[in-house]
Order: sequence, then C-alpha cells, then structure tokens
Amino acid sequence: MPHWIDACATGDIDAEDLIRFDHANQTFAIYHAPEGDFYATAGQCTHEAVHLCDGLVMGHLIECPKHNGQFDYRTGEAKRAPVCAPLRTYPVKVEDGRVFIDVDA
Amino acid sequence: MGKRDYNLLGPDAQRAVQTGLAAAQWYHSDVPRREMKELMQRSDGPAIRDTVILLVALAAFAALGIALWPSYWAIPFWLAYGVLYGSAMDSRWHECGHGTAFKTPWMNTAVYEIASFCMMRNSATWRWSHARHHTDTVIVGRDPEIAVMRPPVFFKVLANFVGLFDAASGLTRMVYNALGRVHPEEAVYIPTQEQHKVIRVARISVAIYGLTIGLAIWTGSILPLMVIGLPRLYGAWHHVMTGLLQHGGLADNVTDHRLNSRTVYMNRVSRFIYWNMNYHVEHHMFPMVPYHALPALHAKIKHDLPAPNLSIAQGFAEMWPALRRQLANEDYFIQRALPPTAQPYRTDFHAAALGSATR
Ligand code: FES
Repeated sequence: MPHWIDACATGDIDAEDLIRFDHANQTFAIYHAPEGDFYATAGQCTHEAVHLCDGLVMGHLIECPKHNGQFDYRTGEAKRAPVCAPLRTYPVKVEDGRVFIDVDA
Repeated sequence: MGKRDYNLLGPDAQRAVQTGLAAAQWYHSDVPRREMKELMQRSDGPAIRDTVILLVALAAFAALGIALWPSYWAIPFWLAYGVLYGSAMDSRWHECGHGTAFKTPWMNTAVYEIASFCMMRNSATWRWSHARHHTDTVIVGRDPEIAVMRPPVFFKVLANFVGLFDAASGLTRMVYNALGRVHPEEAVYIPTQEQHKVIRVARISVAIYGLTIGLAIWTGSILPLMVIGLPRLYGAWHHVMTGLLQHGGLADNVTDHRLNSRTVYMNRVSRFIYWNMNYHVEHHMFPMVPYHALPALHAKIKHDLPAPNLSIAQGFAEMWPALRRQLANEDYFIQRALPPTAQPYRTDFHAAALGSATR
C-alpha cells in the first residue's frame, strides 16, 4: 500500500535542480529533471553522511557536494567514484501541481 | 594536544572518530543556491584551452631540450619542461580527480591518468586518499595527505623541492602494489572492490618506467629519463612551494577551513601551473566549483574569510616562522584574524583539540 506524502509544489524546484525534504526522521532529495519529470531519492550520499541537496544536477546525474561522486537519480545507480553503493529511490507522482513521494516504498 | 601520531591506524585516528572530528560537519560561508549553481557549472572550454597550451609547451620544451642536448643551452628548456611535468601535472591530477576541470567525463579521466603517472601517484589509490583529505582535512590520523607534519622535518620538506622523498615513496609503493599487494594503510580508505585497480595501475606504471629505463640503457643516454621520470624530481619545486602554502603553519584538528587552509594571491604563470588552487579555502569549502570559477567564488565570499596572503613570498614569510616554532611547540599554529564582516570561527566542534599557543 503506497504511503504518499505531499512533499512540495512543482514550482518549488527549478528545472535541473533538487531540494531537500524531511519527513518523520527521514530525509529525501527531490529532483526536477530537465524534461520536467520529478524524482525522489534518499537524501544522503551513500559514500558518507552528506546531504545531496547542495549538490549539482547535470541532466539525470546528481553530483555530491563533498567528493563529487555521482548518481543517476532516476535509478539510484552509482556513476562515479567515490560512490560505489546505489542510492535508494522512491516513487513520485504529481497531482494538481504538487509532488508526492511514496516514503514507504 | 602534544605529540601527534599521523598513522592512519594509530591512536589519534581512533580518537578523531571518538570525538567526532572525523567525518564532521564543516563550516561553509553562505552563498545563495542560485549563485552557487552558477559557480558550479561545468564547461570544457577553459580546460581544453589550458590542456592544449600545456601539451604543446611540454612537447616544444622537450623537443628543444633534446635538440640542444648536451649543451648548457638545453638547461632552460629542461627546467621549463620539468615544471610543467613535475608541478603543473600535480594540479591537473587534482582538478581532474575531482572531475570538475572538464565537463566531459572522459577528458577528466584521460588527463587524470596521465597526470597521476607523471606525479608517480597511483591513480586508483590517490582518488580515495584525496577523498579522505576532503572529509578530514588536516585531522591528525585521518588525513593521508598532510604535507608538513608536526614537528616539521625540514630536511624532508626541503628534499621534496626536488621530489626526493615523494618520488622514492611513490616508486616504492608502485613496485609494492605491482607485486599484487595493497598496503594496510591504503586498505583503510580504498574499498575492497576497488583494490584490484590499484594493482593494475601499478603494473602499467612499472611497465612504462621499465621500458624507459631499458631505452636509456640501450641508447646509453639519460635522455629518455629526462623526458619520463626525472622531471618529477627536477620540476617538483613549484608544486611543493604552492602545496606547502595550502595548510602549512595553520591549525589542525579543526572543522572550519578558514582555520586550516590558506588563500594566496599569485602571479598568472603560477596560477596557470597551479590551476587556481591558490584559492584554497574556497576550494575546500566548495569542492564542486571548477578551478576557472574560483576567482569568482573568492570575490563572493572573501568578506567571510581571513585576508588572503598577497604573494607567494608573503605566504612563506607567514608560514615558515610558524613551522620553525612548531619544532619546539607542536601545538603552535597561526590563527588569522577575520574581517568584521565574517561569521566567527566555528570552534564549538573542535575546541578541545585546539592548542593554546596562537599568534
Ligand atoms: S560523501 Fe558523497 S561522494 Fe563522498
């Protein structure tokens, strides 16, 4: 059973950017891809406990602000060292200009 | 704090983890997100331009050095070649290792591999050691890239101006790795699944050096080694000079880069060789910002930083006496005043680790 949480408005995130979203002791990163889709991942890098919200979105990659490790935020796949472990991803839906993420997925 | 133990497996390393100095939160100057995104943008243009200049200059100086060999007229060309090989490659290694120099990933990788080889660094190992340097900058027992340990060993510092200790340890470790072994200290920061790459890179490097030495023996001339290998010695001085300034004489065991890193204004030639890493506080605070955007970042946050040193000479005039004082008092370090516009130093995390002797 999905547990959809209203995270933000679509206009809260610039295209090709991300924001941080915290909910119930969990932290997430929500992305606005260049073509307009939204995605969500765990907020912290899998290399060290650094939040990705200060990182750089380039196309479908998020680059971590600490050591420049990269993930594909659509799949969570680790794309550039020093990250090796994948990033957890969460389902997203957009309704009435709001972005929802399934935090229990 | 007293006697420091820089061993990555030693008691200071354990203490850093226990006290929260390791993998801590660090101070960052405030930069609005939109402006920071601008500064972080990648492009290939500046790095392609600089790399073409570097490679053409390397080829030209080597060609002239060879053509004029063995006359004394060859010396200036070898000195110029050496600085580009043994010093400019250090900054290329650094920036391309971060992946910020070029926008195109394969360009970063290609220059990173070449530069690592020139600097006698295992490209697989040093990627991880440098990540640790950014996590735990000048944290004793955690940072594997501390250039001047306390108390300073001046003989070693001076010998490294011609690369003696660095090249010796680089070559020794290369052979060690090529024999299929990863050193226990390396295993601390290189993930297990990545360690095979260390051995492969070491074997390729040993093969290239072996061929170069073989060519020198076969031709009965040192010339092949003047092109590959020896410039890591006779051209090292510039990267050692600028590298010492990065953190030398400043605080250790702190979590605010304004306390442990130094920004130094430099002439254009040194900035080309050093690829703008003279903006070192800025680089450590925001490693996502490419070298070509560091002057702009500096302009944005300098109100929050200690005043930069105005020249390399002025930086040394500040640093060298501090290093000398550390001979007698390991806890001594320089704490520079902040401008009134700056946020105060963030000493809350690391207060217990700070020594009492400051200038
Ligand atoms: S913390 Fe993200 S790459 Fe190191």
